[in-house]
Amino acid sequence: MTTYIGTATSRIDGHAKVTGTARYAAEFNVPHLAHASLVGSTIARGRIARIDTSKAQSVAGVLTVLTHQNRPTMASDDSAYKDDVAPEGAPFRPLYDDRILFNDQPVALVVAEEPEIARFAASLVEVEYHVDQHMTDVRQQRHRAFALEPVERLDDNPFAPPPPRGRPEQVLGAAHVRHRAEYYVPIEHHNPMELYASTVVFEDEGRLTIYDKTQGVQNVQRYVASVFELDPSHVRVMSPFVGGAFGSGLRPQYQVVLSVLAALSLKRSVRLVLTRQQMYGLGYRPAMFQEIELGVNAHGALEAITHEATTVTSQHENFYRQETGWSGLLYQSEHARYTHKLARLDLATSCDMRAPSAATAVYALECAMDELGRHEAGSVGASPTMLFRARSAQRPTIQQQGPARLLSAGRRGVRVEQAERRIALDARRQRTCGLGHGNRGVGGAAGTHRRAHSTDGKWTCGGRLRDLRHRHRNLHDHGAGRGRHAGAAVG
Amino acid sequence: MIGFQYSRAQDIADAVRQLAAQPSAKFIAGGTNLIDLMKQDVERPSRLIDISRLPLKSVEETASGGLRIGALVPNSDLAYHPLITQRYPMVASAILAGASAQLRNMASTGGNLLQRTRCFYFYDTATPCNKREPGSGCSAIVGLNRMHAILGTSESCIATHPSDLCVALAALDATVHVAGPAGTRVIAFDDFHRLPGNAPQSDTTLQRGEIVTAVELPHQGFATHHTYLKIRDRLSYAFALVSVAAGLELEGDTIKEARLALGGVAHKPWRDPTAETALRGQAASQSTFAGAADIVLQDAKGYDHNRFKIDLARRAIVRALTQAAAGTPQVQSSKKIA
Repeated sequence: MTTYIGTATSRIDGHAKVTGTARYAAEFNVPHLAHASLVGSTIARGRIARIDTSKAQSVAGVLTVLTHQNRPTMASDDSAYKDDVAPEGAPFRPLYDDRILFNDQPVALVVAEEPEIARFAASLVEVEYHVDQHMTDVRQQRHRAFALEPVERLDDNPFAPPPPRGRPEQVLGAAHVRHRAEYYVPIEHHNPMELYASTVVFEDEGRLTIYDKTQGVQNVQRYVASVFELDPSHVRVMSPFVGGAFGSGLRPQYQVVLSVLAALSLKRSVRLVLTRQQMYGLGYRPAMFQEIELGVNAHGALEAITHEATTVTSQHENFYRQETGWSGLLYQSEHARYTHKLARLDLATSCDMRAPSAATAVYALECAMDELGRHEAGSVGASPTMLFRARSAQRPTIQQQGPARLLSAGRRGVRVEQAERRIALDARRQRTCGLGHGNRGVGGAAGTHRRAHSTDGKWTCGGRLRDLRHRHRNLHDHGAGRGRHAGAAVG
Repeated sequence: MIGFQYSRAQDIADAVRQLAAQPSAKFIAGGTNLIDLMKQDVERPSRLIDISRLPLKSVEETASGGLRIGALVPNSDLAYHPLITQRYPMVASAILAGASAQLRNMASTGGNLLQRTRCFYFYDTATPCNKREPGSGCSAIVGLNRMHAILGTSESCIATHPSDLCVALAALDATVHVAGPAGTRVIAFDDFHRLPGNAPQSDTTLQRGEIVTAVELPHQGFATHHTYLKIRDRLSYAFALVSVAAGLELEGDTIKEARLALGGVAHKPWRDPTAETALRGQAASQSTFAGAADIVLQDAKGYDHNRFKIDLARRAIVRALTQAAAGTPQVQSSKKIA
């Protein structure tokens, strides 16, 4: 029997990737390939008043310049643009009409014999706009955010906040120690190493083979067939390698629509590669504010928690993930209120990025818990890690758990004990150095990610703060996500 | 990028002649900044005059004990040149704090002086920018200005000069040798770059048709007590939020000579003679350093996203002077701030 554990094993695709022979979407070459370049809007909201492509079209080597005015037919119904993972709302349709929904939105596509010709000609396209006042500042727009309806059953909407329970406001008012804090996460862009690109091979009888940068070829195939009203059996989508996506490739991106549009228009194979700058116009991890309030009793037990998240989406779609329910997963509390608000900005729709919601929500919750421990410790005569342990032993009921299932309290106890032993070893050093000096401090933190089962969680704990930070990074790196991490740190 | 002509300069006189004949032409050496700007349609030269083959690639000692660095010496060659690493380690450190090994291999000494600001709005041709299009307005003053200047700004422009090397050259009192239609001249480093005022389109005091031929360092290199401390958003491949070049000459604990230049805070490397005077004759102590920092920053002005720079600069000055005084300069290979 082959022994895998402890044996170095090469990745199947490792050699191809490090020697450069692995081919990505923009690297499939076919005869008579035409090259496209995009013109992006320079306003974030409004309408195209006039678009002049004559100079671009007069450049030698330019095959066509497509705009909303001369493009081939596309489906007219919102439902045709709903990909498999589309959120509720009206999906963005590139080059569909004169409306501008976000900055650098495609407004024209120049197709030429060579990419350099296409790019130069794209710089000659003149666009005038009717400009509307735009809003792209979440700090202003958060005050106009709207709340999502909580749901009782996760099956009804796995991303909506859980319902409230008990009397959180009154209990917080009477809490022995009460801690309130707000955490901000800015927009994070995926911008993976491989640029978003599609090479559309126009074959006999109008069959298309599309080499696309995507995390879901079936999704792209259904989507393209639907948008262009093609026979699905005539659309083949290939994505042998993905040079990073981190969630940005879950939905079909606009370059696949535009390259198919050009291929159908010219009846010729076409490639479109986005620039790195244009990739800032794709989805992103939503910016968010999280307000968390915690109340504990004289024994250090958590009694009430309120968690309000405000996250960013576009004007046309409601993207959100389970942002607040994590607070019910890690700790028991009799009284709780979870609120999730959406703030609309004139941007592309936000999307999944690495451990969507878990990375950000647990970050905020655990920062709050750690800060609570600091000013609570003096008040109840305990160390933050003892309080962490006390709370870790509180087991949420099924109703309190929110989106995922519970960690094993037994395992958690063992790990916290190990951490405490290390902390005890360092206790003398802590006393001599004092807290808050340089990098030294004591605190506790736990992490979790979805679809965890009670026995397969991988625990790490103890160690220095630096180590814990590395583990947090690991948490971000979970692609399929089923690890759970907890630790109490001293450094 | 637009179509352009290309020619090579045969010698310095030919380079000057070609540029004078076609004012919309540009010199190209390493091209590490110009090509990017051309791709973005920020620079649209009608002709590129290639000066990369001119004989300006030597580093020579001068009669007065200084060093003359040819304008085409690559940044990487300069950083590892024995005379630089021994006598002017501040210069080597500043170079290695910037860009990447690949860029430093291509980038020239003269080109480093002439690189343009990395202000987002300067690069984005869809937005107004007085530096790119005089009179169109400044987007950064009311926009995303985290990277921008806090000293010597104007209503027209709050861009910063991006170079690390230039901060060290400013601290060391370097001079810039230029040749032009009217002959050659030497420009003091502090007079080479300019503040934006109401003409931010001009980064330097170079006259039309002039070419940088060399940078000269005077004898004093502060090899024992120096540092180049660069504070940035990530530890590599990022422009400075604040950087400090510091050089001290100590007699026991007393500061005999002091040099202090800041990067990332102004339209040019920022020197403050008053702060340097205040350091001279004083004990090398935290309070002396803090006093000098206060003088440098007394007229600092923050904008919406960069107010933090004022405090950051204050602490960076104290930290840099502490590093210099202790003889423990910032190491650019580990980058951990000592």
